[in-house]
Amino acid sequence: MNLLIETYRHPESIRRLGTADWDLLVRQARHANLVGRLFLRLQSAGVEADIPEQPHNHLLSGAVMASEQRHAIRREACFLREALKPAGITVILLKGAAYVAAGLPAAQGRLFSDVDILLPKERLGDAESALMLKGWASTATDDYDQRYYRRWMHELPAMRHVFRGSALDVHHTILPPTARLKPDARLLIEASVALPDLPGVHTLSLPDLILHSASHLFHEGEPDNLLRDLTDLDLLLRHLARDDTAWDGLLERAAQLQLSGPLRLALRYCHRLLGTPLPERIAARSRCLADTGIVQRMLDGIYARVLCPQHPSTADRFTPLARRSLYIRAHWLRMPPLLLAYHLAHKAIFPPKQETHPLSTEQQG
Amino acid sequence: MKIRDLSLAEFRARLGGDGIRLATGPFNCRLQSGIPELADELARLYAHHPLIDDKPFIDFHVGVQPGHGLRRWIAPQARFIVDAVEPFTPLPRGQALPMLEWGLNWCVTAYCHHILVIHAASVARGKHAAILPAPPGSGKSTLCAALVNRGWRLLSDELTLIRLDTGQIMGLARPVNLKNASIDIIRTYAPDAFLTRPILDTTKGTVALMAPTQASVEAVGEWADPAWMVLPRYRAGADATLTPMGSGTAFMQLADNAMNYHVLGARGFKAVGDIIERTRNYSFEYSRLDDAIAVFDRLAAEGMAE
Repeated sequence: MNLLIETYRHPESIRRLGTADWDLLVRQARHANLVGRLFLRLQSAGVEADIPEQPHNHLLSGAVMASEQRHAIRREACFLREALKPAGITVILLKGAAYVAAGLPAAQGRLFSDVDILLPKERLGDAESALMLKGWASTATDDYDQRYYRRWMHELPAMRHVFRGSALDVHHTILPPTARLKPDARLLIEASVALPDLPGVHTLSLPDLILHSASHLFHEGEPDNLLRDLTDLDLLLRHLARDDTAWDGLLERAAQLQLSGPLRLALRYCHRLLGTPLPERIAARSRCLADTGIVQRMLDGIYARVLCPQHPSTADRFTPLARRSLYIRAHWLRMPPLLLAYHLAHKAIFPPKQETHPLSTEQQG
Repeated sequence: MKIRDLSLAEFRARLGGDGIRLATGPFNCRLQSGIPELADELARLYAHHPLIDDKPFIDFHVGVQPGHGLRRWIAPQARFIVDAVEPFTPLPRGQALPMLEWGLNWCVTAYCHHILVIHAASVARGKHAAILPAPPGSGKSTLCAALVNRGWRLLSDELTLIRLDTGQIMGLARPVNLKNASIDIIRTYAPDAFLTRPILDTTKGTVALMAPTQASVEAVGEWADPAWMVLPRYRAGADATLTPMGSGTAFMQLADNAMNYHVLGARGFKAVGDIIERTRNYSFEYSRLDDAIAVFDRLAAEGMAE
């Protein structure tokens, strides 16, 4: 049962929840990384007083954590600006960091683990040296991973600051160069907008943030944050919709960047799952609500299972298959068949180490 | 109904099945485990805790489960699981019990930012509480265990929970984590207390868990007012000496040990400041437990007289 989406769409429905429902709702929200966002949603809908004390504690805690991250991200953006200034490179924030720094509604209750920036491909070497001088170090230690990122990917291997521990992804475009879709990163950089209250820091323009979010959502294989990402898109689209003509601009921009496909899926699932308002002409022009073809029906079957909290309570017997298919689809879109075969074979022979941490409460203080 | 009202067979069956649902202070927990050998000691550690089968909201759905596949048999493992997620590297199976305890602590620090969570022990006499923050190895848990076996009420051994609205401490009354030499010291000092078998070679050395006293568990709902902040330090041969601490230093001690100080931002700063306003702050050196208890009893008597 998908209580989370129901509650997110219809905040007033919480008045009907019993104690056991609240238990499930908090668990689903936690698994979808939406605890803080759900709280703010309920609060702004004026139903906070209807949340019983115990779930209130959990939801509030999520929102508190997200608001602390807000400060951390803005601080981090300033550190990045200072680090890249000597190389004459402008910081262009992407994804969550951009939403926070630009104060967009999509920042509400958003938890994330890293900052993503975009810069011109030819400046990648300079940027990496400048960042290393200021304490960011590459986290990929294995030769294969280093080579894989540098030859085939749209980003450097993830970096981490040695003192602050903050994670950084440096992108030179928004999809891997090996992917079938080839958005031109120069167009994104040219259209980036300066932030008035963070001088020297840019973000992608609002349409480009939407297109990046959509292409990320429908090209990545990692399902745990997909629903969270869909709520990002919902918030971004509602923000864009303040100006009705901006919708047409969004479709044109998508065509220009070869991202009409992911945008179509984004509009489809935002509208269907989260009730994102969509002007009729836009639905018609993008054909995003059309139910044609076996491929679309398969995708609907897959996304119905991954665009929900990845919690046992929402899983059915096809969920593992859906997750698997998504992983394969993501890789299929990302690289040509031979390279894909080579990459998957390598990962099968040398499986990546699981990322778990030793258990210690004392080190966190 | 209390855990002690369940037969061991019933306890074991529930633990291996849908889980034991119990309350530890403000938190409802569901504990599951496919490692049957920990049932006996777990049931005794939580003997006096209430079962909450009638309260369906659970704060922490946690479990310790055996390793996958071959790791059931070869170098067997214990995995900590919180609601189907496994956040940590597995430990040897023999450490399943402390793993469950540390995992529950982790849940509090990871999920609870509606309160200030301080890495500190706290004990109470009546309404007045002493907070004992201290780095590992300072003898904090030993002193805490000794106090609760001499009439003080255990609020918490590891995590002190401060309400942001009233500044009161909410007790947890969960087991006390004793390490290395302190295990035998407490066995001798409080022969009636229940201690688990020593668990060797953990990251904290040898560990044993001590059950909270029945009185502590039964009074856990009575929130206490912070009255003293005492930074203990064990030094062999030292006389029990309380030294007043400046409020600036005291503030830093608490802030350094507050797990979610940075998450709470301005509210954390205010909460720590409010505690320091209310508490008398001391550093405390000791070696003999009886002398240390006498010092604490004297503090309590002064507190009552006011």
